[in-house]
Amino acid sequence: MSYFEFLSQYGDRIISGTLVTIVLTVLAALLAMAIALAAGLMRMAPNALVRGVAVVYIEIFRGTSLLVQLYWIFFVLPLFGISLEKFTAGFVAVGMNLGAYGAELVRGAILSVPKGQWEASLALNMSPAKRMVRVILPQALLIMLPSWGNLLIELLKGTALVALIAVADLMFQVKQINGTTFLSAETFGTALVIYYIIARFMITPFMRWLERVMQRKLGRA
Amino acid sequence: MSEKHLSGFPLSLDGPDRPMVSFRKVTKSYGSLTVLDSLDLDVAEGEMVTIIGPSGSGKTTVLRMLMTLESINGGVIYVDGEPLTHMPKGDHLVPANSRHVRQIRSKIGMCFQQFNLFPHMTALENCMEGPVHVLGMSKKDARERAEDLLAMVGMADKRDQHPSRLSGGQQQRVAIARALAMRPKVMLFDEVTSALDPEVIGEVTNVIRKLVSEYNLTMLMVTHQMGFAKDISDRICFFYGGKIEEQGSPDQLFSNPQKERTQQFLSAVKEAM
Amino acid sequence: MLDWRWDFTFDILPRLLVATGNTLMAAGFGYAIAVVLGLVFALAQRTPSRVLTVLVREIVEFIRSTPLVLQIFFVFYVGPQFGLRLSPWTAGMIAIGLHYAAYLSEVYRGGLDSVPKGQWEAATSLNLSTARTYFRVIIPQAMPPSLAGMGNYLVGILKDTPMLSVIGVAELMHTANAIGSETYRFLEPYTLVGIIFLALSLPTAAAIRIFESWLRKKLGMI
Repeated sequence: MSYFEFLSQYGDRIISGTLVTIVLTVLAALLAMAIALAAGLMRMAPNALVRGVAVVYIEIFRGTSLLVQLYWIFFVLPLFGISLEKFTAGFVAVGMNLGAYGAELVRGAILSVPKGQWEASLALNMSPAKRMVRVILPQALLIMLPSWGNLLIELLKGTALVALIAVADLMFQVKQINGTTFLSAETFGTALVIYYIIARFMITPFMRWLERVMQRKLGRA
Repeated sequence: MSEKHLSGFPLSLDGPDRPMVSFRKVTKSYGSLTVLDSLDLDVAEGEMVTIIGPSGSGKTTVLRMLMTLESINGGVIYVDGEPLTHMPKGDHLVPANSRHVRQIRSKIGMCFQQFNLFPHMTALENCMEGPVHVLGMSKKDARERAEDLLAMVGMADKRDQHPSRLSGGQQQRVAIARALAMRPKVMLFDEVTSALDPEVIGEVTNVIRKLVSEYNLTMLMVTHQMGFAKDISDRICFFYGGKIEEQGSPDQLFSNPQKERTQQFLSAVKEAM
Repeated sequence: MLDWRWDFTFDILPRLLVATGNTLMAAGFGYAIAVVLGLVFALAQRTPSRVLTVLVREIVEFIRSTPLVLQIFFVFYVGPQFGLRLSPWTAGMIAIGLHYAAYLSEVYRGGLDSVPKGQWEAATSLNLSTARTYFRVIIPQAMPPSLAGMGNYLVGILKDTPMLSVIGVAELMHTANAIGSETYRFLEPYTLVGIIFLALSLPTAAAIRIFESWLRKKLGMI
């Protein structure tokens, strides 16, 4: 079977898998950003209990494997009465995992906003919440955007694991096709190239664009 | 570099009066910016030549080219009679290969503005690195030589310290010992006191004075310490715009400069002091 | 709601601890490959050859942008298609070693770039050869700034070893899966695997931080 024949026969399944992977990536990314912001801010809260919750969350999700977390959420969580459908379990696991890494980015970025900015907003008598939202966070966002580019690629790669709980993403589709055709180079090779294209020609340019937009908004361009 | 350009250069410099270092029509440019324009400069064996001039005049580039840290765009540099940047092939010169460069370069030592000691090695290890691993000396001999030199620069008691534990002046003295341990015939000092606090400059200049009086080294120095340069140099070269604007003995140049730019520079420097 | 069974826990614990040995071995071997190969990748990008630099750069980018689990499948299954049969362990070590070599090469690159240019110039003025300069002068100084990154990826490779279960390497995850399918109990095996990973990765991360500051001190860099 030529590669062209292979594509015409299995192209549909590969494309549908790719779409699932993209949707998973977007949902997991949104979840990860929300968690990162929340956990990152909580990690810096004056209240020790709030801080503690964030630390425990971050350490558990960074200290264990994504695959372990995925299996735990999918197989064990139902025993606690929380049953997630496999697609939901998939992006929730990926989002929660990468959110823990993102929380550290948020914290690092906030800490690297120059001290003078805190003092200036204090001098303007801004409330702590206003100070954070109006002055610190916008600048922190710009600082952490480049790191988020890398994190989103990690997140994309992480979504490939949901194939192991039978979510029909790209990884799952090529694994199935390989199971019946044994055309391993074609199946897995095609998938590798597709992941590469998503990472290098979709996520990276998107993040660059976002950086430029943010820089313009903050008057740094 | 065209062959035509190179055909006018001798394969080697011979005779009892040959200079230790010779720049012949040396040109250096970065893109369209010419840093050195057809420089001719000879330094005799045992001579101490100091290069002065405003920043951007190309004075540091002269030393860096001689140490092969910068390539040249035209001309030939000779060291101890042999071409450094080129090597003979048949009856003309071709650009030197790395083996040739290493062989000729072994005659040159250099001290830098920022000392550039190896931070993960002690003072003694810094001074032994080259002798052991380049010259192939035994550790015992290299250690003896390094200890003698560290004693000469007054750093014997600090030999087991890492550079981070030493003051700038102390680091620079170790750097001088490190360069001398390679037994170079030519020593280059590139603004060796510029990064130092004023109160420790003396400890470094005193070591260089000692070298001038006790060793038969050929030395090239770039410095802003005019008084020091006047004291110890055999000759001063004033660089301006990539050329030697004026040169002569310290007395002649400092007391009776002929060119207007030299006068301007020297009076500006005097005002700053 | 939740029935954690301690007798079952103690039944399966020895099996999981044996599997932990395999996990550590996989991480150790994989890391050893990655540490060496990563340096090769990093140094290959510093040669004067423009072609080699771009080629290695692209390979590194490709490896870093694609999922490890897919790479594991690729290495394991593509070999036999062309008559080369790799054991799960061999394929797994190649895949995970290559993957982390790409990451480590980036860490090394940063470390090598952080060594001041003056160090190269001093080495040239002492006529040290390029190889000597790298091994005696540049790499020792590139080490401390690289250590934090290297440590992160040591923990990272440890946490990624569960992916080797997909081709049948009998590490922790594989064993927990087997226990689950034999007993239909998932709570204890999966929770224990999580706890074991925490118990391995948190102290490792702490130990790396201590080692890093010790090394800086030893090399006289502070």
